[in-house]
Order: sequence, then C-alpha cells, then structure tokens
Amino acid sequence: MQQPWASELMAKPIAGSVTVDAKSTLITAEDLSAGYEGRAIWSGASFSFGQGEFVAVLGPNGAGKTTLFRVLLGLQHPMSGSVSIFGAPPRRGNPHIGYVPQRHTIDIETNVECLELVRLGLSGTRWGFNPVAHSDRESAWKALEASGAAELAHRRLGALSGGELQRIFLAEALVSNPEMLLLDEPLSNLDIKRETELLHLVNGVVRSRGVTAMLIAHNINPLLPHLNKVMYVANGKVATGKPSEVLTSESLTRLYGVQVEVLRDPHGNVAIIGVEEHHGDIT
Amino acid sequence: MSISLNILADLQQIWQYQFMRNGIEAGTLTAIVAGVTGYFVVLRRSAFTAHAFSEIGFAGAAWAVLTGIPPLVGLLLGSNLGGLGIALLGRRATNRDTQIGIVLAFSLGLGLLFISLYSGYATQTYSILFGEILGVSYDQVLETLAASAAILVGMGLIYRPLLFSSLDEDVAEARGMPMLALGMAFMIIVAVAVSFAVQVTGVLLVFSLMVTPGATAQYLASRPSRAIVASVIIALIATWLGLFLSFYTPYPVSFYITAEAFGFYLFVRLVYVRFRWEKINSGSLLKPPQDRSG
Repeated sequence: MQQPWASELMAKPIAGSVTVDAKSTLITAEDLSAGYEGRAIWSGASFSFGQGEFVAVLGPNGAGKTTLFRVLLGLQHPMSGSVSIFGAPPRRGNPHIGYVPQRHTIDIETNVECLELVRLGLSGTRWGFNPVAHSDRESAWKALEASGAAELAHRRLGALSGGELQRIFLAEALVSNPEMLLLDEPLSNLDIKRETELLHLVNGVVRSRGVTAMLIAHNINPLLPHLNKVMYVANGKVATGKPSEVLTSESLTRLYGVQVEVLRDPHGNVAIIGVEEHHGDIT
Repeated sequence: MSISLNILADLQQIWQYQFMRNGIEAGTLTAIVAGVTGYFVVLRRSAFTAHAFSEIGFAGAAWAVLTGIPPLVGLLLGSNLGGLGIALLGRRATNRDTQIGIVLAFSLGLGLLFISLYSGYATQTYSILFGEILGVSYDQVLETLAASAAILVGMGLIYRPLLFSSLDEDVAEARGMPMLALGMAFMIIVAVAVSFAVQVTGVLLVFSLMVTPGATAQYLASRPSRAIVASVIIALIATWLGLFLSFYTPYPVSFYITAEAFGFYLFVRLVYVRFRWEKINSGSLLKPPQDRSG
C-alpha cells in the first residue's frame, strides 16, 4: 500500500524542528486544572512529555480528556496552574500541532476529493487566492503517502469508510509537518484490523519523524506495544507515567479512590476491574 | 419578433433592445456571483439560510416600496440584517433551522403587511417576488457590476479559509481561523448576492440561481475550483437561455431559469452521475459507508 520511498520521506528530518534531542521536553504542566463555568473537571495535573513520545490518554467518558486537548490547543484557558508547550503558553492556531478532533465525520453528501482537504491542512489558513500555487499539492501528496492514503487522494470525502477517513484526517494533520499530534479517539468506530493498521501508521510517524503524539482511546491493549507513557484521567484527577507505573492496582485505586484491580494476561493485555467504565469497553 | 434558425441573427435582434442588453448584462453578472457563492452555500449546507435572506429581504423591499425608497436598498438592508443575525446565532447551520424558519415566517408576514399598506401598483411587489430582469435600468446594471466586483474580490480573499472552515470546522478553528468573522463575512456576501439575484429570479425563485447550480456542480467535479467554474457555467447558461427563450415566447424569464436549472440538476443526478461515479468509486455511489456508524 505504501510507496517504497514513503518511509524515506517520513524519516526526513522536519524543517524547523526545535531540536533533534529525543529527550527535549515539549510539554510541561504544573498543578494544572481545567473545566467549564467555574467548575473544574480535573485538577492538580502535573506532567511533562518529551519529543517523540507516544502517549495514550485514557479514562471514562466525560472525565475531561478532550478538555485537556482543548487546553493544549489554546481553545480553552486552564482554570489554574501552568502549562507550556514548545516553551510557551498554548495558543490557538499553533502550526506545530496537528489535530484530529473527536467523532470527526464528513457528511456523505460532500463531493470533495480527499486531496483537497489535505491541501487545506496546509494552505487553508492563508488568505487570498492563488490559483497557480501548487506547493501545497506536493506536500499533500507526501502527507497522504505517509498516512498510507495515497490511493484515496481522488476519492470523494463523503464516500470513505471510517478507517479511510481517519487516514485522511491523519494526513490533514501531518501536512503542515507538526511536531505534535493530538488525536481524539481516532480508533472509535474502527474494527480491530483497521485499528491495528492505524496504530501502526501513527506509531510509524511518531518514530520516524520524532513527533510527539497524544492519543485518546478507550481500549489500552492495542496501544500497549507502542506506548511510552499513559495518562489516565478519572475522578477529577490525572495520573501520568509509564504504562507499567500507571496501570497498576495501586495507582488506579489511588486515582479512583475505590478499590480497583488491574489484571494482566500472559500476553501482557490489561483488564481493569472495579470501575464501572473500564477501558476494555469500546464505546 | 420571431425566432429564426439563424442564431446569430436572433442574437443581433435581441441585442437591439436596451432592456434586453441591460437584462443580459445584469443577468450575466448575477449568474457569475450566484454560481460562485452558491457553491459555498451548498457546501456549508446553508441553502435554507440563503432562502431566508431573500424572504427577510422581501420584508425590507416591501417596506422600501411603502416608504418610497428603491426596493434594492430595502432588500440589501433586510438580507444583511438577517445575515448578521444568523451568523451571530451560532456555528452550525443544522441547529439553526428552527430559528431561521421562525424569523422567515415573521418576515413574510411583515412583508405582507407593508404590501397591504401600500396603495400603489402591486406590480412592484410581484416583481420582487418573481423577478423582473427585463425591467433593469442601466444604472442598476452598474450597481450590479459594482456589487459583483466587491463580492468576487471578497470571495477571493477568504477563499481558502472559507473552504477549510466549510469542510472541517473543528480543525480550522484549532488552527486559529477566526470562525465567527469568517461566518459573518460569508453571510454578508451571500446576503448581497441574494439581493442582486432577487432582481433576476425574484424572492421566491432565488434558489434556482443560488442553490441549484452549486448543487449540480458538486456532482460534476470534486475539486472545488473546478466545481465553482461548473457552477458559474450552469448559472450562466440557465440565465442566457432563459432570456433568449422568454424573448421569443410569452413566458417569464424566471420560469425558464428555474426550469433549466432544474433540468440540469436532474440530468446530472440521474444520467451523468450514474456513468461517472460508478467508474470512479467502483460502485460506492449511494452505498452507505460501512464502518461509520455511531
């Protein structure tokens, strides 16, 4: 599916990246809290993520996972605490962040080709009209190759399946060469095969481009082989760390404030017992 | 005046009349503007909104007739106020259908009141409702030219951000696009475009130029720049052919324009699409996507 030169492309160092040091910190948050209308959804969140880290964001529905993304995107101000991203407070329109929103679907009546949407990920923020500019077209093709979606370029957006759409959205997010990806539940509505495919794609991008990715998911198990860190949002609190640190009975019991049991099968799969909405669910 | 087989002679005959020249010029400008803006109206699912503009504009025009100012001024006033109000109401057009409908009904009622208060000829009202392209004066042609130029320049300026925000609102917002300002700018552009299209098709038939060509074009091309060109061509052909046919027959221009636009749409949906998409999407036309539930 992928062109042989696509991987080479993906491995190309990104123009304008802050530094190639894999350990450099991209995001830091200290005692951060966020919410709506004066009421905090979660508080006391402190975490830091470095360049090239793949982070899963887990937790029950309504726990504030998307709110966290909105804070990082600068769409919402934190209620208290501090957060910095690329060494500055979050601001809306940061071109270094590629974003795929939650339940992102396209009207099936939309007769616009995929390539066009991906192009707009780059040129859609530019004013004026330049009918002969084609540099964004080239970048769009590269992003489509990197997302394994080159063969979808001339298909209509409205005719795509969920898995195909997610690859297009990934390309749209990648086209501006971001240093960070925020993916809000890209795996929901995908069957296991498509889920695995998409995760491999995201992981490939993270590893080859040194992109930091945060991915909101409900089911941790398919993610485990790829992850560097886990962020667990529940009960108004946020726990962050390596999967082996966060996904333990002690850590989750502390987070939820009720007895939670984390079980592991011989393959390393995790099951969480004792909370109503455990992340084995695919909602 | 009778039609001959010599089209050139026919056109020469038509061109001799000042009112036909004015009509063709105003109609051409309106068709170009309606074709361009109509594509976005359809893409953003704002067809109902565009129609509401014309009916709010109707109240404005009826009020203008009553107070003795040019109906176009009332039209522009009404549709622009409606546009700003709708843009301020909220982001998603789908959630606004009810509010728009409520305002629309009230506007029509208001328009009716103004008409009943007006003691003069009812023909002016009739022409607002159903269009009077052949009554356009040369001054009105110049007004249309100025408005069309302004609209096209405005559309050129916001083209890419508007396209981006129409296709992918959430990402466009996160990327820092001023969504409210963009929405308002587009609504004002549509309001002005509708006001001028009303001169050609009338309040009630404005869909035929503002929506039908754009909707048809979406089936013809999946690249927006090409679809916009297609939309303009359809609007132009409908307008020109409508003027031509009505010149030689006793039937109104607006009827021909609506009928031709509808004919195009039917042809494209029923014939053209069947041949093309079955090839391109290997039969995915009309087949619901498989794993997009929820």
